[in-house]
Amino acid sequence: MIQINELHKSYRMGSNELHVLKGIDLDIKEGEFVSIMGSSGSGKSTLLNIIGMLDLADKGSYVLDGVPIKNLSEKKAALYRNKFLGFIFQSFNLINYKNAAENVALPLYYQGISRKIRKEKSLYYLEKVGLADWAHHLPSELSGGQKQRVAIARALASEPKVLLADEPTGALDTTTSYEVMDFLQSINDEGKTILVVTHEPDIADMTKRIVMLKDGKILEDKKVEQVRASQYV
Amino acid sequence: MKFIFTRDTWQEIFGAIRKNKMRTAITIIGVFWGILLFIVLQGAAKGMENGFEYNFRGMATNSIFLWGQQTGIPYGGFNRNRSMQIELGDTYRIANQIGGVDFVAPRNARGVFGAEAPLVVNNVKSGSYKVFGDYPIIDKIAKKKIRKGRFLNQKDIDDSRKICVIGERILTELFEKDEDPIGQYIKISNVYFQVVGVYKENTTDFFEGDDSIFIPFTTFKKVYNSGDRIGWMVIAGYPDEDIVRIEEEAKTLLKRRYSVHPEDERAFGSANFGEMFGKITGFVKGLKFTALVVGIATILAGVIAIGNILLITVKERTKEIGIRRALGATPGEIRGQIILEAVFLTVLAGILGITTGGLSLRGINAATKNIEDFPFLNPTVSLEYIALALLIMITLGSLIGLIPAQRAVSVRPIEALREE
Repeated sequence: MIQINELHKSYRMGSNELHVLKGIDLDIKEGEFVSIMGSSGSGKSTLLNIIGMLDLADKGSYVLDGVPIKNLSEKKAALYRNKFLGFIFQSFNLINYKNAAENVALPLYYQGISRKIRKEKSLYYLEKVGLADWAHHLPSELSGGQKQRVAIARALASEPKVLLADEPTGALDTTTSYEVMDFLQSINDEGKTILVVTHEPDIADMTKRIVMLKDGKILEDKKVEQVRASQYV
Repeated sequence: MKFIFTRDTWQEIFGAIRKNKMRTAITIIGVFWGILLFIVLQGAAKGMENGFEYNFRGMATNSIFLWGQQTGIPYGGFNRNRSMQIELGDTYRIANQIGGVDFVAPRNARGVFGAEAPLVVNNVKSGSYKVFGDYPIIDKIAKKKIRKGRFLNQKDIDDSRKICVIGERILTELFEKDEDPIGQYIKISNVYFQVVGVYKENTTDFFEGDDSIFIPFTTFKKVYNSGDRIGWMVIAGYPDEDIVRIEEEAKTLLKRRYSVHPEDERAFGSANFGEMFGKITGFVKGLKFTALVVGIATILAGVIAIGNILLITVKERTKEIGIRRALGATPGEIRGQIILEAVFLTVLAGILGITTGGLSLRGINAATKNIEDFPFLNPTVSLEYIALALLIMITLGSLIGLIPAQRAVSVRPIEALREE
């Protein structure tokens, strides 16, 4: 699903050059549940942003579902993001003046899907995350866990190939974190490829594969025995 | 361009606007004021134009007054300071020999230019009033508002009837309240005249006021023994004729007839009525132009204010825009939304301003309706001006929307989403 070869990325900070990614090789198959771990500054967020086409690599190749991602115009990148990727953020990033259903429907709007189907789909995915009754509530009326579930529903609504989660539990307490992980696990069980960036080992243990980054290089890449979150919920 | 007409685009825009009511209100206030001022100023200028037109209605505005003075240059054996006395015959000569002349009306008067006014008596009441000897055609120069009875007619002239038309003030001063003056006799310079009409002052009258008496020219001639001498004449040109040329040719004709030096500027005096009218219409035109410039400048300022506020809100909405882009919005879609928001707000403000402006003009019109001498009538703004204003607003709205729109897409989504 994702093939990354010799990926380099550096940022220019005034006259200094900060080499963040120093040759990453990563191969993620369909249906995998991968966590990227590392201390802050290890380059894990940069890697996720490049995979998410929010940022461009300097060198190396990146192929997503057989499509080489390079020299993308902003328009093309937006199209690919919409088609291939679902984003889940640490701070949920819901649009605060839209209710839950409207937030979920937003990526569908940019896909040009008709209003009626958008409505049906958004309700279907809200149902899936157990928030059908909250469809017409604004984000400010929801708890943190509920917001993240709305965000997951939104990420799923466009039926992406890969789900990218940047510290999805970073703003949540342990119980809520496990609830969210339980959702992600059940989505993965249905065959969706998921990539999670986290620095919490217990969250990483709930995925199936851990990639450890350190100073812009892969330190360790191992398959792990998945800890089911449902036993804590 | 298709996205402008899809319901979803507008749903997004309405969503963004409805959920930010305060911001929307502040944003549109600038343009609202601009268009309101534009409409009210335009309407007021138009109302003033209509008002002047109404006051000048029924008047031969393309006309001059001409009278004799004293010569300034000795000529043909005569000394200077010879008094010029024009005569009835001169009016026929001017009317027949000068091209473009519509008609010439001779006038005689007593009690004008500081002369002692004749005594007018009705029973025990009396007063001194100006008396004019006129032809009925004088009514074409400045239409009299006849309150009661009638104005002079040709039969009065032919028969030298001893009838008169009196001003409203004379009616109140010489007659009892509620007394009908028509058919009654008053004594003017010791001659009895029958009152046939009462007129009301026209704002643009020059001498008559509402304290004058009109009697037939031929009767005046007999009562005051004026012979063929006339006080002055009014020469009216056809509407498209150059009145200045007529004025010069008339003077040349008179100079030749009375043996006056061709370059003597003092011998005959004249006042150009058309020139005065031209000055007033010029003033109104200037007013309208000023109103247009001020209005457009204010709209411009308002639109710039919209651009400014949108620029600020784009900064505020950086994160929202980042989210939208992460979810697959193309830069074009973001840009389009911001521009459409700007245009929509501008037009919304414009329509509100036009409506309010129209209502204000209605209010002003209703309030000034009963002030008779106030030159203000039917303040309207032509549809072309409204269309022009809307066009300017849409154009400027989209141009000014480009700035925040460009700003919105220039922020990379990753930066927009970055945690503080």
